[in-house]
Amino acid sequence: MKSEQQLPVLLQGNEAIVLGALAAGCRFFAGYPITPASEISELLSLRLPEAGGRFIQMEDEIASMGAIIGASLAGVKSMTATSGPGFSLIQENLGYACVAEVPCVIVNVMRGGPSTGLPTSPSQGDVQMARWGTHGDHPIIVLATSSVLDCFSITIKAFNLSEKYRVPVIILSDEVVAHTRESVTLPGPEEIRVIDRIAPSVPPEWYKPYAANNRGVPDMAAMGSGYRHHVTGLIHDEKGFPTQNPQEVDLFQRRLHDKISKGFNEIQVSKSIMMEDAEVCVIAYGSVARSAMRAVKEARAKGIKAGLLQLITLFPFPRQIVDSALRQCRVAVVPEMNMGQICREVARVNRSETRIVKHNRIDGQLITPEEILKYLVSV
Amino acid sequence: MKNDQRYEIRFSGSGGQGIITAAVVMADAVAREAGKHVCQTQSYGPEARGGKSKAEVVVSDSPIDYPKALSIDLLLAMTQVACDAYFFDIRPEGLLVVDSDLVDQVPTSRAVTIPFTRIARELTGKELVANMVALGAVGLLSGQVSMTGLEAALMKRVPKGTEEMNRQALQAGIVEAKKIDLSLLPRSVISDWADD
Repeated sequence: MKSEQQLPVLLQGNEAIVLGALAAGCRFFAGYPITPASEISELLSLRLPEAGGRFIQMEDEIASMGAIIGASLAGVKSMTATSGPGFSLIQENLGYACVAEVPCVIVNVMRGGPSTGLPTSPSQGDVQMARWGTHGDHPIIVLATSSVLDCFSITIKAFNLSEKYRVPVIILSDEVVAHTRESVTLPGPEEIRVIDRIAPSVPPEWYKPYAANNRGVPDMAAMGSGYRHHVTGLIHDEKGFPTQNPQEVDLFQRRLHDKISKGFNEIQVSKSIMMEDAEVCVIAYGSVARSAMRAVKEARAKGIKAGLLQLITLFPFPRQIVDSALRQCRVAVVPEMNMGQICREVARVNRSETRIVKHNRIDGQLITPEEILKYLVSV
Repeated sequence: MKNDQRYEIRFSGSGGQGIITAAVVMADAVAREAGKHVCQTQSYGPEARGGKSKAEVVVSDSPIDYPKALSIDLLLAMTQVACDAYFFDIRPEGLLVVDSDLVDQVPTSRAVTIPFTRIARELTGKELVANMVALGAVGLLSGQVSMTGLEAALMKRVPKGTEEMNRQALQAGIVEAKKIDLSLLPRSVISDWADD
């Protein structure tokens, strides 16, 4: 059955994240306001109570992260949103969510750093921090948004992956994506696929909260649902209690990584635009991908066979698609609003046959199409 | 770099003048026009008042890739500082619109000068709505929106109790702009050079 045509609305990136979260079933948000992420808190403080959810403004981001872990353990899909300085603070509890396998979504609207940096300017300076910010050799999923519509659909994707794999998912936005308003037509509810965590089907007395299954993702019982279990930040056995037994530790650690590796096909998302016959390509993500898109079109108009590989999943790094783009093209341009944090990942994949050109802008301004076009023309 | 049909407006002034609000209402009005794509961006400093403030609205018949302005079709400058900073981003046949009381030195004769702030003060007793007087003029001169659509977009976004004041301000701007005949403005000589 086809629904009536949805009407276009003028939405900001931050607002679209809120609508995406609500559509994905998010019913708990804890956060502390910070530019340029504040609109997410502001709007959720209105919309969550209306939807039967809860909104809490916490004393800081350490506590915000703790609160969403607690809510998620109680069975409620949860999210927080912050920017650079707050993203530093969530890292401690983020590790807890990784080891205790608590689904949750963290939005980081990147602004200029380090420290309080450039509060109202865009940046992509937190890319490697999103991957490695919390200590320990942990797997994590990092997705990047580039447009208002992206903000909606990627937020849904983030919740779905988080629930399916019991892993924190980080959404990297930036000031330009967050504050750009666009006329968009959002998909209707019947076009949206929502995934929920799987609850145990065994009786409570048989429940082993961290027992491996073939997916590597244990069934998750909500606290208070009768399935009593123990949750800890220590490495634990399948019953959830601390262990130092090397065999159990190895089994647990490998399962954490393997459950993500098994899902690479579904987790690693990218968009290939005009790549079919491309000889030079731009590899970009976030708001810079929009500049790159224009640069590629301009290059095509000049007769240059250019293409764009837009990365949506930044981590686990989409090695395969980048590898095939590099094997196809003589030159890959990697423009970033940092000193080359994804470029180093691209270089790691490169088999030394492709020339990789990085373009870095760290003055708080969005990279323009002209800057990227210059490389496409000259290489 | 502009070969698709883009129409680009930059609203500029200082923080607190309602520059971003005016751009958001403009974008909202464009979003209501069938078949038009719109992208609105902004840049501002950490200060609540003062400091440079600018906001852009890009209108296109096709989906918009780069969300910011590339070469400006219409620049609104509500301060001399903004006018000086952004004048050179206007494309040759573009239009400069300034608040004539706040911008003493207009860098081109291809400009529309209207005392937006004075009109707001004399009409409503509040300079606060100078941005809406300016929006009325920009809306009309740009030719990108219907005036009823612009007013509807404004009414949706103003705080309760201020509708009438904002409506009056917008209409005053539209009336002022209607007095202007764009065809009487001098053509840009820069575009003559570009043809050579």
